[in-house]
Amino acid sequence: MSTTKVEQRERDILGVSAIRPDGAAKVTGDFSFTSDMNAENMLWGATLRSPHPYARIVSIDTSRALALPGVHCVITADDVPGKPTYGLISSDQPVFARDYVRYMGEPVAALAADHPETCRRALALIDIEYEVLKPLTNAEDAIAGSFPPIHPDGNIIRHQRIVRGDQSATGPIIVEGEYEIGMQDQAFLGLEAALAIPDSHGKGVELHVATQWLHEDLGQISACLDLPPQNVRLILGGVGGAFGAREDISLQVHCCLLALKAGRPIKMQYGREESFFGHVHRHPAKIFMRHYAQSDGRIIKIEARFVFDGGAYTSTSPAVLINGITHTQGPYKCDNATVDGWAIRTNNPPCGAMRGFGVVQACFAHESQMDKIATAAGLSAVDVRLINAMETGDTLITGQAMESIAPVARCIIETDHIPLPAPLAANAHELLLPGGSGLTASASHIVRGVGWGVSMKNLMYSEGFDDFATARCSIKEGVVYLKFATSEVGQGFVTLAPQIARSVLGLDDVVVEPIDTQIGSAGSTSASRQTWMSGGAVDGACRLVREQIFQHVGKQNNIDPLRLVIEGTDIIDQIGTFRIAVREAIDGLSISETFEHHHKPTEELDENGQGNCHTAFAFVAHRAVVDVDPELGLVKVVQIATAQDVGRVLNPLSALGQIEGGIAQGLGLAVMEEIVIQDGKVRNPSFTDYLLPTTLDAPDVVAKMIEEYEPQAPLGAKGIGEPPCISVTPAIVAAIRDAIAKDLHRIPVRPQDICL
Amino acid sequence: MIVAKNLEAALFALREHDDARVIQGGTDLMVEINFNHLKPTTMVSLRHIPELRTITRPDSNTISIGSGVPYSQLEIEPVASVLPALAQASRTVGSPQIRAAGSLGGNLGTCSPAGDTLPVMFALDANIHLQSADSQRTVSIHQFMTGVKRNVKRQDEIITAVDFPIIDGWQGYSKVGVRNAMVISVASACLVADHESGDVRLALGSVGPTIIRCRETEQWLKDNTSLTRNSVISPDIAREFGARASRECSPIDDHRSTAQYRRHAISILAARLLQKAYA
Ligand SMILES: Cc1cc2nc3c(=O)[nH]c(=O)nc-3n(C[C@H](O)[C@H](O)[C@H](O)COP(=O)(O)OP(=O)(O)OC[C@H]3O[C@@H](n4cnc5c(N)ncnc54)[C@H](O)[C@@H]3O)c2cc1C
Repeated sequence: MSTTKVEQRERDILGVSAIRPDGAAKVTGDFSFTSDMNAENMLWGATLRSPHPYARIVSIDTSRALALPGVHCVITADDVPGKPTYGLISSDQPVFARDYVRYMGEPVAALAADHPETCRRALALIDIEYEVLKPLTNAEDAIAGSFPPIHPDGNIIRHQRIVRGDQSATGPIIVEGEYEIGMQDQAFLGLEAALAIPDSHGKGVELHVATQWLHEDLGQISACLDLPPQNVRLILGGVGGAFGAREDISLQVHCCLLALKAGRPIKMQYGREESFFGHVHRHPAKIFMRHYAQSDGRIIKIEARFVFDGGAYTSTSPAVLINGITHTQGPYKCDNATVDGWAIRTNNPPCGAMRGFGVVQACFAHESQMDKIATAAGLSAVDVRLINAMETGDTLITGQAMESIAPVARCIIETDHIPLPAPLAANAHELLLPGGSGLTASASHIVRGVGWGVSMKNLMYSEGFDDFATARCSIKEGVVYLKFATSEVGQGFVTLAPQIARSVLGLDDVVVEPIDTQIGSAGSTSASRQTWMSGGAVDGACRLVREQIFQHVGKQNNIDPLRLVIEGTDIIDQIGTFRIAVREAIDGLSISETFEHHHKPTEELDENGQGNCHTAFAFVAHRAVVDVDPELGLVKVVQIATAQDVGRVLNPLSALGQIEGGIAQGLGLAVMEEIVIQDGKVRNPSFTDYLLPTTLDAPDVVAKMIEEYEPQAPLGAKGIGEPPCISVTPAIVAAIRDAIAKDLHRIPVRPQDICL
Repeated sequence: MIVAKNLEAALFALREHDDARVIQGGTDLMVEINFNHLKPTTMVSLRHIPELRTITRPDSNTISIGSGVPYSQLEIEPVASVLPALAQASRTVGSPQIRAAGSLGGNLGTCSPAGDTLPVMFALDANIHLQSADSQRTVSIHQFMTGVKRNVKRQDEIITAVDFPIIDGWQGYSKVGVRNAMVISVASACLVADHESGDVRLALGSVGPTIIRCRETEQWLKDNTSLTRNSVISPDIAREFGARASRECSPIDDHRSTAQYRRHAISILAARLLQKAYA
């Protein structure tokens, strides 16, 4: 990782490395995460989960658990007063399983007791008789129709084709491959937690929760509780990372139900093992791709088939599928395509959102293919990508015009200009070689490889969804107050929002009000969208306030308000000499404005996968240098060079943090992170066996920000959260292939894939 | 929880409470307790017993390491130059936090085939000192470990120290895991080349129910070479040594790796260690 010095800053406005308001507290351990919250008279809640991937529930008997001293209530599907199911796209997931359990870890009951230990003992006293069934674990069986439906909605979650251009087009170069992507976990450090406090009359509840989207949770929770939405208040608790795993409901409804039933505050928190069962994961996928290209390497046509294993419930699988197949071409020009995409229901753990959202899977396939085209055309990895690089104005395989700034070639060229690391020294320290502290190699055993990955990623929600964001800006006694429901999951919106206000208003004292549902929705903290969407809303609200300040100052000083602008912390007359400090000018003023930011409308895809379904796009290039021990199959990623299309850098430190973090996550998927499933059962639900990169695995990151102002973005800045983790994975795999001259078509690459 | 201030107090407590468990660093025991696999009603903490935290030289050929000495002290001097393999094995254990708490006594108490210091004890023919309120015995590591997480220690006994011979020669430890630090071993090997006797000893971890001493491979090497301090190992010898070692292990498939890979990794580790020993 790079070392960053925080420079002296005069004012924390846009463009400077303002530091996180909660940074010191997080580093020292003082920050209060949701799991640190307590309430007077509180009880603990806990969940009973299915040990089977697929089984019929014959009977549930809670009497022994209820009889245990300290237990206050036990709830099952019978105790859900409202809608029995929830879900982000399709409401097909039961709050508690009633007739069938469809994945290992599915909630069957919950209970409240006076102590976590009482909860644990009581869970063991709930008697459930299961009739164990043979699970559907292979998505192809579902597509073939050879497995009876495991859910009333059937085994096919969504099927979508893309058919564009000349279907018979072919070319002198034909390359193909079958690619496989394993199931990655978001592995946030702050585990699921919530504290529900019932109203005294039992008709409402206040839920403190770590989530990505307060308002979406609110809608789903209130429907299940059968309470009017205004009787359910959500307040964001301290969130320790999300990466997509907090988009779906996990413990929210259970916690509220227990609180309402017990009439006392309930705290629930998952441990690491339960967390692996409590949230959705990245979709494992199988992708076939065939590229036809001119002999000079130009892509003529792509044929592809995607199979995403969605697991037992829908979650966001339909959207993940669309993201995957619409990114088949990657950041390259392509006129002709035939793509067949499936999202399948199985008895594997449910999958949904994770950083990169379908594009990660597509990118591993298309980037592996680009290298095959390069080999066939006799081109370098860089040249094959440059010759095909997409530009603004190109038409995508969905027929949509690329309206975003698309500096693909520049990302590649600037990455290429980053110096390579020094060659491996013969006396290199063994700790820094593949194998690390295991001291398995010396430098003579190591081969170095270089690989490339380039990606395109859609920003914001797609397919006609209006994921707007709301913000309010108020000024009172010289202080700016910002109010929004934007989930701060660690990405830094609580740093950015005040920067925006300071820049727009010329005032330095900015207070972020509590993040809750006492204002309109901000949409989800996902899809790389909050800087654009909530940033746009904060910017819009601040501008409305500024407008009023200018009106006020103009009237008082007899100047046309249109001539007034902010310069630093002053208001000045652009064509005169008038100047007044903003603080002074607003003396006694009290203004409050709310603004909703909407992105341009998008459309659904038609049956041929045609339509303007995406809002905007961002691009990035990665070059990986990897040391490989070919005999043991161990790797060490030495350096990642990257140039990322960011539109405009609003906070350099924060941007670099996203880039380095994303690269670590993409590295994890490339070489170690996988939830191992066998017959529908998770084999490694712990950090002992689900491995995340450590400091000795993390590479040097050399990052270059490509700043080409995006006119469609309210602040000129594109979302930067997802791109860093997308093409770094294929770049690392390509570097390993380069080192060992062997095809690798599955991620994560395991030692035995390299050396056996 | 009984916090013993000296060995006698701890041994007495163990005799009085026949369900008592001792706890040293707690890096294994607390995991078991938190996952509810163990529910000890009495715990005897050894952390404040100075005798268990000493490193001594009972004679010029032996170094005796107290069972409570944490890994963070075994990684560094004065242990590192006397027992480099133990220092290397200790460095691979967990994270700095785990190494500050975890101990040899705990590694032996748990007796997992993946325990990183155990192959070092097997290759060096270490002796384990066990003491109870009314007896004392010394057991060779080869007798001590009897299976996966099984050993001959009685409930009322405390592991007080481990004796390692000080050899004139080379020793090294290598461990394969799927990441570069803080990982449970998928396969590991400790090789000791005793220059005085010309013997080479090899012990393997994570590839069988106990640590495996490769006696046949060791004998083959002895029969086919006459090693001295200045010998050089040919690639062919190294390869054959590795291949033979891999035939002596009996690894399994699990979620961490496959038997085939483990066997292969052993052949590479053993060959490399042998070449390194005579480089
Ligand atoms: C995150 C993590 C990573 C780890 N990584 C590794 C690794 O890489 N390699 C590895 O080998 N291990 C690893 N471990 C396991 C553990 O750290 C080691 O086995 C360590 O040596 C245990 O020592 P301890 O002092 O903490 O033992 P404790 O947990 O205190 O005790 C373990 C067992 O030994 C018994 N015991 C302890 N001391 C004595 C004694 N003096 N006499 C008799 N019985 C005794 C206890 O009763 C108990 O049964 C890891 C553990 C964790 C939590």
